Order: sequence, then C-alpha cells, then structure tokens
Amino acid sequence: MIIAERKPLEEIAAMAAPYERICVLGCNTCVGVCMAGGEKEAEETAALLRIHRKRENQGGVVEVFSLERQCEYEFIDQVLEKLKNYDQIVSLACGVGVQTMIEHVPSLRVVPGLNTTSMGYPTEQGVWAERCVGCGNCVLHLTMGVCPITRCCKSILNGPCGGSAEGKCEISDDIDCAWHLIHERLSAFGRISDLEEIQPPKDWSSSHHGGPRTSVREDVRIDSGE
Amino acid sequence: MIAGSNLEKVINSGKFVVSGELGPPKGSDITQLKHHAEEMKDHVDAYNITDNQTAIVRTSSIACGSTLVQMGLEPIIQITVRDRNRICIQSDVLGAQALGIKNILCLSGDHQNFGNEPASKGVYDIDSMQLLKGLKDMRDENCFIGGDELESPSSYYLGAVANPFADPFEYRVDRLEKKIKAGASFIQTQCIFDIERFEKWMEMVRARGLHKKVAIMGGVTPIKSLGAARYMKNNVSGITIPDSLIERIKGAEKKKVEGLNVCVETIQRLQEIEGVAGVHIMAIAWEEVVPEIVERAGLYPRPKL
Repeated sequence: MIIAERKPLEEIAAMAAPYERICVLGCNTCVGVCMAGGEKEAEETAALLRIHRKRENQGGVVEVFSLERQCEYEFIDQVLEKLKNYDQIVSLACGVGVQTMIEHVPSLRVVPGLNTTSMGYPTEQGVWAERCVGCGNCVLHLTMGVCPITRCCKSILNGPCGGSAEGKCEISDDIDCAWHLIHERLSAFGRISDLEEIQPPKDWSSSHHGGPRTSVREDVRIDSGE
Repeated sequence: MIAGSNLEKVINSGKFVVSGELGPPKGSDITQLKHHAEEMKDHVDAYNITDNQTAIVRTSSIACGSTLVQMGLEPIIQITVRDRNRICIQSDVLGAQALGIKNILCLSGDHQNFGNEPASKGVYDIDSMQLLKGLKDMRDENCFIGGDELESPSSYYLGAVANPFADPFEYRVDRLEKKIKAGASFIQTQCIFDIERFEKWMEMVRARGLHKKVAIMGGVTPIKSLGAARYMKNNVSGITIPDSLIERIKGAEKKKVEGLNVCVETIQRLQEIEGVAGVHIMAIAWEEVVPEIVERAGLYPRPKL
C-alpha cells in the first residue's frame, strides 16, 4: 500500500492561514491503514488546526470529513457539493488523491496535508517499510523476492557492493543490505551461482525516468459516443 | 599490451607495482595537488585521482588527470556511478582519452549521504560491474552501452576495486571473479589493516587461479594518529581495523612513526604473498610520506619501462 506521514502542523497551518473556511479531508484506504490520513487522523488534525488558529487569533471554521478514496472520481462525487463550500481543502490523502481532486474539480483549492513516502507494508505495529519503487520492470524473480532497486541504497543489480558489513548497508546500521539478504536466500535455495551472471544495465525507461507513465488496458475501456 | 600505460607496462613486467593517490581540492587551485604529484613522482608508477571521494564536491578527477598528463605523469582516473548516468560517463571516458588519460578505475562511490551535498539526487543509473563491462565493450567491441557504434576506437587500461573486508566474506572472491569477467585488468583493494583476513582472501583467490588473470594491488594507508585510526574504524565505509592495531598505535610514544612502521610492514608482508602484484598507497592528507614508505619497503627505485 501507499505509505505517508502527516506534514508538521505548522506547515499545514501556514497553508491554511489565509483562508476562512477550511476542510480537512481524510482518505480511508491506504493512508487510513497506515494511520496517517484516515478518518481518525483527519479529526485529530482538524482539532489541532482549530487550536492553532485560535491561538493565532485567526477566525473562520475548520470542518472535517473523510472519503473512502480520494483517488477515484465516484467517491469524490459523493461529497462534491459539500466540498464546494470551502475556501481550502487540506487533503490527508496521498499525492495521488490531491491531484485526482483538482483534476476532477479544477475550481477546488486543495493542498497536501501529508508527505507521501513510499509503497510498503507494516513490518510491525507502527513501522512501515518501503518495498517497491514502481520501476515498471520487476526483477524479484532474479533476486529471490528481495527488491534491490528499492532496498539497495544504490539500486545495484550486481551486488553486494564493498560497503556491505555484517548484513548492514554502509549508509546506516538501521538499513539491511538488500544484497546480503539476496545472497543469503540464494545460498539457502542452492542458487548462489546465479550471482555469476553480470546483470546488464537496467532499462529505466519503464520507470519514472521515462516520463510520467500511463497504463492503458484497451480490453476494459468503455467506448463512448458510439 | 592493451593501452600501453606505464601502469600496464610495470604490471606486465612482473615487477611489484606501486601507485599513489591524489585527492583533488575543494577549490579550483590545484597547486598543492601538483606539488604532491611532483613530490612522489620517482616513487610511484601511477596516481589514482579520486572522483569526489566520500561524496564531497572537489575539482574533477579528469581535469586533474589531464594536468598530470601535461606534467608527464600518469593518472589513474576514478569514475564512480554515483554522480553521472551512462550518457555522461561514456562521454567523459571519451574526453579523458582525448586528454591522454590511459587508466580508468571503476567504482560505485560512497553514497551521497556521506558528503557535503546530502540532499543531492544519487544517479546510480548503472552499477560498478555494469560500468566495467560497458567500458570494456566500448574498447573491445567498439560499441556504447546502448549498442551504437563509436566513430573511433578506444584504448584504456581498466581497473576495479575489491573489498576483502566487506561481507559476506565468502562472496568477496566470487565478486572479484565477476569483476575480472566484466573487464578489470587490475584491482586495487580497500585499505588493508587486517592482514590475516587479507591473506585468507588471497588464499581463496589463488585457489581459483584468479591472481593469474588480474593484477591485485593491495591498498594501504599510513595511520597518522590514534584519532585518524579511530575515525577510519568507525566512519569510513568498508574499512576494518583490528583492536590490536589500535592498541599498538595507542601504546606507541610517537604515533606517526608507528603509523609509518605499520604501513611499511604491511607492504613488506604483501610482497611475500603469492599473487599480490603491487601496492596502492593512499596517504591522503599525508602525501609527503609516500617516498619514505616506498623506500623503506624496498620498492625504490621504480622501474623505467
């Protein structure tokens, strides 16, 4: 899922400062699950924003509600009339949600209340780890299910590099060396000789480096106007 | 003969090869670098010129390398994959050749997180293995990584680095073999302080006959002070310093003298290890001691080939 973290309150307050009618809008799917922008966090953020504005002698109202997903038009449509009542919407969705809102309703003023960090999963309660950068050309079959593009700080395809020590990455003891893990799993599965092959330079054109990506599925598109 | 560099000639002659290291400054005045180059010119066969080492912005490796060429000296320019994509790297390699540079050392480079621009975007378009293979193919197959042909042939002597002190230890010889396959003619190792571990690694290297396929140059660094030793132990990526060595420096009355003694002893021991082709001396910020080290290690004068 998509992982995000709430921006510092001061930053959110500064974005909202010039406006009178503010809506803090939660999003109950990914960022709800990672406890950054769901209904509960939206309520909390709105409450903090009210206190902050009161202390700063700013008037106006801060209201709050949530959508199932801000990244789909049909969910936005359910509350569209309500949204039009506000000068500014502080979206607690990921970056996709914020953009879906303004593309669907260009007249809305929507600002991000979260920093979208990654795609990952909760490794334990309260800890979310990045596991995919969406490079568009998955290599997990070559690397025993450990992604070197995401988990190696240098995204190398022929590792581990000379900075791997005791299973940790050179940049931090808090980061596992992805290639150490790959080496371990290849050993365990009797596939260590896989590492002998020089993996060629990656084709990054399928990733963001090839420009913004659009996936099209002709078979599921709905023809219009015919 | 591949590129006819002095480094290559000395290696091919079978004599114990010696390289030094010069770190470009954080400014465009390279007087000091030229001075250090002059200082050790009779004592080394070639000089590594680091490429923004530890991710700190410095004068470019190729610019300094070109200056050395003009001085009649021989640079080994380092190229990392941290700051340049394949377009820029291949272009720079063409440019380096046009400037008379004949030796290239391929490495990944310390992560940008370590340096003075930690907010920068790391490139890592290709890795160090792909860099080696790409440059080998440019030279031997006359084609760029993307497959396009070069308009004129390339010629350079290619090297890579190896870190016998990194983990997993058992993979370190596999990786060396892979680097040879990718195109390395010479190897410079990470600084050797744990000579036992290095010897163990060399044993594995010899068992596979790899020392006959590539010239392995052991890396050494003279320890200038106890603080420097502790700093390297704790902060420099890929370096291990045994506690016994720290204790030895700590117990010495004159730390600098002891640091030099350790360095000279290490080089003497390296010369006795079968399959070690030479030494790479990294006396960064202490360049003036290189002639003394080389002489005391019995490696002076250098061969004129």
